[in-house]
Parts: sequence; C-alpha cells; structure tokens
Amino acid sequence: MSSVEKALVIRHREVVPDYYELEFIAPEIALEVLPGQFVNIRISDSLDPLLRRPFSVYDVDKKLGSITVFYKVVGKGTKLLSQMPIQKPLDVMGPLGRSFSIPTEADQVFLVGGGVGIAPLVYLSRVLSSEGIKTKVLMGASTAGFLAGKSMFEKFGVPFLVSTDDGSEGLKGRVTQLLAEQLLIDKCDYIFACGPESMLETVTELAMEQNIKGEISLEGHMACGVGACLGCAHLVKTGEGQRYAKICSEGPVFKIGEVLFHSQDER
Amino acid sequence: MSVTDKKTRKKARAQLNLQVNLGGMQLKNPVTVASGTFGYGFEYEPFVDIAGLGAVIVKGTTLEPRMGNPSPRIIETPAGMLNAIGLENPGVDVFIGEYLPALRSRGVTVIANIAGNTMEEYARLAARLDGQPGIAGLELNISCPNVKQGGLQFGTDPVMVKEMVAAVKSQTSLPVMPKLSPNVTDITAIARAAYEGGADCLALINTLMGMAIDVDKRRPVLANTFGGLSGPAIKPVALRMVYQVAQEVPLPIMGLGGIMNTRDALEFLMAGATAISIGTANFVDPMITTQIIAGLQEYMEECHIADINDIIGAALPQ
Ligand SMILES: Cc1cc2nc3c(=O)[nH]c(=O)nc-3n(C[C@H](O)[C@H](O)[C@H](O)COP(=O)(O)OP(=O)(O)OC[C@H]3O[C@@H](n4cnc5c(N)ncnc54)[C@H](O)[C@@H]3O)c2cc1C
Ligand SMILES: Cc1cc2nc3c(=O)[nH]c(=O)nc-3n(C[C@H](O)[C@H](O)[C@H](O)COP(=O)(O)O)c2cc1C
Ligand code: FES
Repeated sequence: MSSVEKALVIRHREVVPDYYELEFIAPEIALEVLPGQFVNIRISDSLDPLLRRPFSVYDVDKKLGSITVFYKVVGKGTKLLSQMPIQKPLDVMGPLGRSFSIPTEADQVFLVGGGVGIAPLVYLSRVLSSEGIKTKVLMGASTAGFLAGKSMFEKFGVPFLVSTDDGSEGLKGRVTQLLAEQLLIDKCDYIFACGPESMLETVTELAMEQNIKGEISLEGHMACGVGACLGCAHLVKTGEGQRYAKICSEGPVFKIGEVLFHSQDER
Repeated sequence: MSVTDKKTRKKARAQLNLQVNLGGMQLKNPVTVASGTFGYGFEYEPFVDIAGLGAVIVKGTTLEPRMGNPSPRIIETPAGMLNAIGLENPGVDVFIGEYLPALRSRGVTVIANIAGNTMEEYARLAARLDGQPGIAGLELNISCPNVKQGGLQFGTDPVMVKEMVAAVKSQTSLPVMPKLSPNVTDITAIARAAYEGGADCLALINTLMGMAIDVDKRRPVLANTFGGLSGPAIKPVALRMVYQVAQEVPLPIMGLGGIMNTRDALEFLMAGATAISIGTANFVDPMITTQIIAGLQEYMEECHIADINDIIGAALPQ
C-alpha cells in the first residue's frame, strides 16, 4: 500500500551536468516498491511549485530502507530539488503506479533507455539479473557526457551498449537505430523501454514488426498520482476503439502495442 | 502531555459537535472533498478513512459515458493549476451499478455530482439517481455548455439556472445543491435564481476559466485551449463570493476554492459556509482532509467552542 513518508536525504550529487542522483530513507516505500513504479515528491512547502513531481525509482536498498531517484533539471521544480541539502527531510509519496512484469520464460531481454528514461531500467536490470534472465541495456544520449546511468550498469555488471547523437561514444545516431541493429544480430525475447514518446513509438514499431513482446513506460503531466484527477490521460487501444488510460494508476508501464501515439492521434 | 491531560482532552473532543446540516444533508463534520479531485474515494483509501469525511462528492456523472479531452489536460500555474478533463466518466449506470454499492458498504456519505448538455439530461439524471440507496444529495454542475443555447454556460444565466434547478427538483426527493460558476459578473443574481428554483443549498465555487501558453511552441498548453483554474490562487475570489451570497440568500453554503489548511477552512466557515470542500489540496497532501478535521477540533478546544455551528458566519456583518 502506498504511504507518505518524511524521508531523510542521505546522498545528493550531480552525476553529469544537470543530472542528479538523490537518495533518501523511506523504509515503507522501499520495502514495497517494484521496478517501474514511481514516487511523487513534494519539492517545497510553499504554494509554488504547488503540485508534487513524479520520479521513477532508480534504485532501492531494501536493507537500508533507502530509495534513489535519478533526475534531470528541466524546470522550476527540478531546479529547486537540485538545491535540496542532505540531512533534510523530503516529503515522498509512494510507491505509485504499475510495475514492469518479469518475463520468466525469456532467455534474453533488451532494456532500451533514452536520456533520463534510463532511470527505471536500472532497478529493473538488477531484478531481471537476480531472476537469471540475461539482460542487455541499450542506452542513448545526445553526447557522451550525458550518458548518465552508465556507472550503475558497470557497478552491477549488466552489459550495455551506447549510442550518441553526435557520435562521441558508441554508435552515432539514435538509440532506436542501435536497437534495430541489435535485433538483427542478437536474440531478444522481450523489450523494456523508457524515454521520449517519439523513441517509444519507434521501439513499438520495431518490436511489432518482429513480433517481440514488451513493455514501455510513459510520462505525462500529473496532479494526484493515484488515479483520482484524470489529468494524466493517454490514448490506448481497446477492443472496439480507443480510450484514455490513466498513466499514474493504469501505467506508467503499458504493454507494447497497447498505446496510441500522437502521430496516430486524432489531432 | 500527561496521561490525565490526554484523557480529559479526548473526553473534550468527544463532546465537541462537528455535525452540520447542509440543506437536509446530515454531515458528520463539515469537511468534504470536491468533485473531480477525489475520484470515487477508493483512490485515496491508502491515505484517508473515507467514511470519516463529511461527504465524498464523486466525479461528475453524465447520462452516457464520456471519453474526456485529449492531453495535456492539466498544467500547473503559480499557486494553482488549470484543468480541462472534459468530464471523463463511465456514465450514470456504471456509477449506480459499480461505484455506489461499494461506497455504501463502506459507510461513506456520498453526494453525486451531475452534468449534462441539456436541461432534460439533468432532469433524467436526477430521476435515475432518485431512490438509489446511499446518496445523500445531488450537486448540480451548472458550469456546462447548454448545447440548445449555442453553448452558453447554464451557470451564467439566471433564467436558465432557475429553470434547471426547478426541473431537477421535480424529479427527485434528494436535497439539491447547485454548484455555481464564478465566471459571472454578479454571483448573487445566480444564487438568488437557484434559490427561487427551489435549491436546498449552494456550492461555491467551481473553477475560474483560464489559460496558459507554451512560449517555445507558441501555442496554448492545454489541448482544450482553456481550462479551469483551481487551488490557492482562487481562494480570495471564492471567499468573497461565499461572503456575498451568505448575506443575500437564505440557503446553507458549501464553500470551496483553494482551501489548503485549517485556517483556510475556518475563513470559509466564518464567511458563512456551513461546510467546506477540499479539492486541489488533496493532490498536494493526500492526508489533508484528516488533518483539517483534527485542526478544526483543536481550534474549537482552544477557543472553547463546543459546536462548530457557532462559528459559521462569524465574520459576517452583524
Ligand atoms: C511516471 C513518471 C516518472 C518520471 N520519472 C522521472 C525520472 O526518473 N527522472 C526525471 O528526471 N524525470 C522523471 N519524470 C519527469 C519529471 O516528473 C518532470 O521532469 C518534472 O515533473 C518536471 O518538473 P519541473 O518543475 O522541473 O518542470 P516544469 O517547470 O513543471 O516543466 C518543465 C518541463 O517538464 C514538463 N513537465 C512538467 N511536469 C511534468 C510531469 N509531471 N510529467 C512530465 N513532464 C512534465 C513540462 O511540460 C515542461 O516541458 C517522470 C514523470 C513521470 C510521469
Ligand atoms: C482535476 C479537476 C477535476 C474537476 N472535476 C470536476 C467535476 O467533474 N465536476 C465539478 O463540479 N467540479 C470539478 N472540479 C472543480 C472542483 O470540484 C472545485 O470546484 C475546484 O477545483 C475549486 O476547488 P479547489 O481550489 O479546492 O480545487 C474539478 C477540479 C479539478 C482540479
Ligand atoms: S495524475 Fe491524477 S489521475 Fe493520474
């Protein structure tokens, strides 16, 4: 069950410019959280920013009762968060949302992350490895300096390949090009992906072409985080047509093929 | 605090009266949750004892299911947020068949919120909900476009408001609470029209119409262009409207708009509201309703007030 905790910040550092790792003690959330779930953080007691901000769980230390999130500074809330000192309590609500599933029949799975979308894939990669499922991570960024999260996969011994838009490291191009290449030369039974929508749309197309099942994690503007306000709607397919699903409570993780993207949208 | 202190305090709390009567609806306490901000109540069960709330005002219900608006549907603004959900809901039959029985079995005081595009739709909804066990009253969301009047909002025209309230009243034995739109020049004229139509009480306010523009994309942020502003940014406007209507119309008022804490709730009660509703604040702090109920009790103890009804309207001119 989700709860709200006053979580003591124990580690907070800028990993690469504008990308931060933030670790805090939240035993109840840490005990329950599954890969793909998120927490809703109230960044300030003041009325502006007003709403909580959602962040995927990047890693969890069940023994210590701590959770780490990995975030990029993009606006007012994340800027303020980046100034949060350690040893201060943080108001954290979670765990929220539906988790990734563990495809126990799969021999090898691909984890595809674009930019800060790598965040939920780190904890997932650890759980998959502990289940004995071979895991290969494909991560993309604009340039080598922004390939954050790399150190985590190195630490946990999860094999990974990289792509950069400017070719400064790994394949020059998009992470979806890397995926297309890898699908030709390596076995993949299941795909997990998180990143910008355009990337998720391409991942969906590639997976469907080759009949590979998988799951993607979506983002969206949120208010409540628990399925009450209907603010975080995303179009999904249904048997008869389409409907809006709540990213916060029916997602953020959806099956590949289930989600309708903007270019397929009526708009 | 010593053990005896705690005991006397508990005893004192037990003697405090928080019950209020909102136009025939008996509420355990004056703290309710606003339509559209609390789903059907279940969503908040990990955080709140929903049966302990004065009432749960459920998401707006229409006759037929509604898909709702495209995204983005919400955007934060300074000390507030804009929403254009588009009344997404599964329709009145699913509400009656699935949600209502589950709420009833939990002992929740339920106020149904209804919305439509024609006068007839409101009347049919009222008839459909009449006699359904477990509903304490009907809230009418009159901030909807009247498709037969070129999309003019029902809630902006006193003649339409009076007619609609009368049409709904004729179809139900439940207390009827029109929820007024603040997007009008004279809120008291609308309140009076609702009174003349036979309303049992009034809820005010709904959201204030607003918008936001994405400067980088050079277009409105919300897919619907316009949205309703809620949260602390609208509190002074809401409070002013409650204060004005309380002096002009002899009906109990449910006050809402930007209530974030106990002191905000007290302001509304003192402005003449018999009960209050918490909306956007639930998103910020999911336990806020429980805290405000406790906060009201603390205030009453500190000020030696035995009955919450004694502070209602305390700030109105004598
Ligand atoms: C389930 C979920 C998991 C997420 N996990 C992570 C994560 O692990 N790491 C990370 O860095 N970010 C994550 N995000 C995105 C993160 O929530 C937003 O970047 C953050 O809320 C922006 O806040 P801000 O005040 O800095 O930006 P704002 O000033 O509010 O906006 C800056 C930009 O961010 C966009 N934005 C604003 N609010 C949201 C929101 N609630 N969701 C998505 N975009 C938004 C705006 O459209 C704008 O383009 C996640 C979002 C969701 C829904
Ligand atoms: C996301 C959201 C959805 C809402 N949906 C409804 C609704 O379906 N029917 C209705 O009468 N009011 C609806 N409202 C208005 C609220 O009930 C309330 O009147 C308004 O938000 C002001 O209160 P607040 O500032 O405390 O949120 C909605 C508000 C929000 C923020
Ligand atoms: S954020 Fe409120 S329903 Fe998803």
